[in-house]
Amino acid sequence: MKKIQILGTGCAKCQQLTANAETAAKQLGVSFEIVKIKEIPEIMKFGVMSTPALAVDGVIKSQGRLLTPEQIKPLLA
Amino acid sequence: MNPTNNQNQGRAWAFIAGGLGGLVVWWWVYGRLAGFADWLVFTVLGLPQESHLARALEFFVYETPKVLMLLTLVVFGVGIIRTFFTPERTRAILQGKRESVGNVLAALLGIVTPFCSCSAVPLFIGFVTTGVPLGVTFSFLISAPMVNEVALVLLFGLFGWKVAALYLGTGLFIAIIAGWVIGRLRLERHVEEWVYATKPGAAMEADTLDWPMRLRLGVEAVRDIVGKVWIYVLLGIAVGAGIHGYVPENFMAAIMGKDAWWSVPFAVVLGVPMYSNAAGIIPIVQALLGKGAALGTVLAFMMSVIALSLPEAIILRKVLKPRLIVTFFGIVAAGIMVVGCLFNALL
Repeated sequence: MKKIQILGTGCAKCQQLTANAETAAKQLGVSFEIVKIKEIPEIMKFGVMSTPALAVDGVIKSQGRLLTPEQIKPLLA
Repeated sequence: MNPTNNQNQGRAWAFIAGGLGGLVVWWWVYGRLAGFADWLVFTVLGLPQESHLARALEFFVYETPKVLMLLTLVVFGVGIIRTFFTPERTRAILQGKRESVGNVLAALLGIVTPFCSCSAVPLFIGFVTTGVPLGVTFSFLISAPMVNEVALVLLFGLFGWKVAALYLGTGLFIAIIAGWVIGRLRLERHVEEWVYATKPGAAMEADTLDWPMRLRLGVEAVRDIVGKVWIYVLLGIAVGAGIHGYVPENFMAAIMGKDAWWSVPFAVVLGVPMYSNAAGIIPIVQALLGKGAALGTVLAFMMSVIALSLPEAIILRKVLKPRLIVTFFGIVAAGIMVVGCLFNALL
């Protein structure tokens, strides 16, 4: 089970990233859950300064970029 | 050297060759735009030399590809430069820097560090909790949105390098001075208490990008930014073409001209709460200048729209107490007014 975490305060880019991550995980056929992290102190704990950021199982994989599903797939492998 | 390395290097060279080839093609096409517009309007369409319609059309046919090509090139270049300046690296440079030197550096880094107003809060916390002085952080936060590459290109393309340089220079100047003043005022206690209590996690180790990746990020920046702003560019040029072809009415001269001393404060007060991206404001700038508004007034209006906005104040309220927000907006607005008035007086 992969835990996909989307860090961001809810801007349009964060929502698009959430949707793209979901698409990527479904296409890969991995079991996953998506957790949205919207509280700033929580976001800061990851050491992230640009949102939206994407973490997998607690490890930051990308920040400040809106990744496409194709770009997210290798991060979930 | 292992095969993957060889392969990567081969790919990198292919990218560089492709990039240089693209640049040559770009240059060749760019140099022929004026001739093309002339040929299309006067030879193909056969419009008379002196007609308003012909002049407006020639302006539009020439300026549109010119500005879009400039924009693409600059956004691509800046997109690549930004892969070298992550917020983490910028923070490391600014940490513990003394004021003044720190303010200048922060304003300069504001231009090349990737920044989106939606990340203003995490960036603010990430800066002030790890030893970047408050005033220096503000210099960055002011310069990052205000000194904008899209605005710079549009001003250069449509009004020439002098206006573009004025915008760049004064934008940096305001960011440096306003940040320095905020630092001098010792306003740290007007930052929400929880901000300084936040313990940010260790920053992610910036992965070293290879050139193909940097180029890809440059392409992404073009798709993202040019894809979003082209419609405003078109609108701006259309407005410009209308003014260019037909006689200006100068009706703005009375309220936004040089002689009306209150025109600059009026423009700033109007512009501060407004929110728009740099490209969206250019059609309005075109219209105002064309109708006889003074350059300083229009520049002040543009700066206040892109540097400050009501949504930004609401976002920053999470980390700043009202007094600091008011001080921040007040100092920046005052700086913009001074610059606007100075231009109107000197030019």
